[in-house]
Amino acid sequence: MKNTTTVIIGAGQSGLAFSKHLTAHSVDHILLERGEVANSWVTQRWDSLRLLTPNWQTRMPGMAYSGNDPDGYMTATDVAGFIKDYAAHTSAPVHGNTDVRLVSPFADGYKVETTQGDWFCNTVVVASGACNIANVPGFAGALPQAIQSLDLLTYKTPDQIGDGGVLVVGASASGAQLAKEIQAAGRQVTLSVGEHVRLPRVYRGRDICWWMDAIGLMDTHYSEVDDLKRARKVASLQLMGSESRANIDLNSLAEAGVRVVGRLQALDGQKGVLSGGLRNHCALADLKMKRLLQSIDQWIDAEGAADQFEPSEAFADTHLEDDTPLSFDLNGESIKTVIWATGYRPDYSWLQVPVFDRKGAIRHEGGRASDVDGLYVMGLPFMRRRKSSYIDGVGDDAADLAADLVSNLRRRAA
Amino acid sequence: MTNTQMMDTEVNNGVNVEALLGAREALDATPEAAQFKWRASSAWVNGTHTTTKIDTFFGLGEEQSRGKEFTVDTDHPEIFAAEDNAATPVELVLSGLAGCLTAGVATIAQNRGIQLNSVTATIEGDMDLQGILGIDDEVRNGFGTIRVNFQIDADASEDDIKALVAQSQKRSAVFDIITNPTNVFVTVD
Repeated sequence: MKNTTTVIIGAGQSGLAFSKHLTAHSVDHILLERGEVANSWVTQRWDSLRLLTPNWQTRMPGMAYSGNDPDGYMTATDVAGFIKDYAAHTSAPVHGNTDVRLVSPFADGYKVETTQGDWFCNTVVVASGACNIANVPGFAGALPQAIQSLDLLTYKTPDQIGDGGVLVVGASASGAQLAKEIQAAGRQVTLSVGEHVRLPRVYRGRDICWWMDAIGLMDTHYSEVDDLKRARKVASLQLMGSESRANIDLNSLAEAGVRVVGRLQALDGQKGVLSGGLRNHCALADLKMKRLLQSIDQWIDAEGAADQFEPSEAFADTHLEDDTPLSFDLNGESIKTVIWATGYRPDYSWLQVPVFDRKGAIRHEGGRASDVDGLYVMGLPFMRRRKSSYIDGVGDDAADLAADLVSNLRRRAA
Repeated sequence: MTNTQMMDTEVNNGVNVEALLGAREALDATPEAAQFKWRASSAWVNGTHTTTKIDTFFGLGEEQSRGKEFTVDTDHPEIFAAEDNAATPVELVLSGLAGCLTAGVATIAQNRGIQLNSVTATIEGDMDLQGILGIDDEVRNGFGTIRVNFQIDADASEDDIKALVAQSQKRSAVFDIITNPTNVFVTVD
């Protein structure tokens, strides 16, 4: 068994940022990556995906986007390229093509069993990402055999979809983007909408991500939040990175021909049952968007900077037809494919350490495991800051947690 | 929090939010205590008139008794050839929705520091009787559409008031019961 001080599991943006800080603290460590650096960006996303955040916001400790299109949005391939460059730039000790099979407590540290041999280490950083498994509702298995079923990991392009209409379940970033591209490919898309976060791509002349960064929203610390549990569950922003910087809200999707229906609540034989709560899901999203835009206006006024930006804008409330359906027939011609755009969850099947809550999530205090010593996690939604799950967020989190890890090592050595 | 402390706070909608938040924290740690059972027991009186009694419920891991019993009567109006002794069951469903949403508005307003001065609501449900009378199989028995209109006087902006009502729907049991399906088991002894 080989020894090192820290094993980082995953060589994506989170693991590499952590590695950079450990190197700065002279902590001996390795990164284990099941494929190549930035593996999931290359292999587990749909073809047309672009980052939600503008290029200038692709910033990691010691390296930021330096191309000639700061306001553009990277493709998944560009992101993987950036992360690979970062790994080279930081000389990160990445062990590629190494699958982690098991991590378990061992002596006063952890044993990490891999396809390329075992490691013993004092501390472990779980940087394997929050999006390893596509979430589907429990009733997804009740879908009739004749209906094609895809999820966020298996969907790549509209070309894989057979004839007939398409139901996209979920209207966060991924569901809204898929609905748009599949409708544009000539299919009738029905979009099932639950709670969502509506935002305009551009407000008062600036990207909404620029505003959220400028007014300090992205830096909000987890200790400052009233209801952290809720904050950690907020759906991804209903945005899309595109050259036109177009909005991808329900109004624009409906204009493009997408049928907007309520949350899919159940599958009952050949029938899908939809929630009658759609109006309220939309009202909540409209009100929250207005509140955010107001806080941007207030920030501008407080800075006395109104002349530097375009005037305040209002966006029409989400328009819904009076007779939105409450069910649909899977036996008819209308829907032949269902795409579950119902989020992702991490895969911790290899982590045999008692760190989990009853829902299978790691119990942690800002990224430091609550129930064991020397185990850290990275990249979870609102883990330390609102930006924790963004590329722009891993640097600050890694700096904090690497410092915590170093003091942990010192304490143990004392 | 005691009542005296509540009087000291600036906003008082008569809701003890601290106690509710405390309960939420406690039940998060002990999900089994969060399992409640609500009950009612009914007896036919005559015609379409039924009396339902409501007393005990189960929650926090044990039987809970209020020490008193509520009685709810239901009947149908005279145009249904009934005696009109009480409101119809479907009107009680509307009352349940109004009561649930209004309780939510008061609680959320308290939590958000918004003083309510008055909250009234009118609620209306559309029903096509061709359903329950078996005239047309394609018409459902229940409401086709329900409309709730709130009139709220509170020390808050129009959007903040709308947000109270939206959040109340998000957390409402009756709103969920009405908008989403539930498995119902009806048995006969």
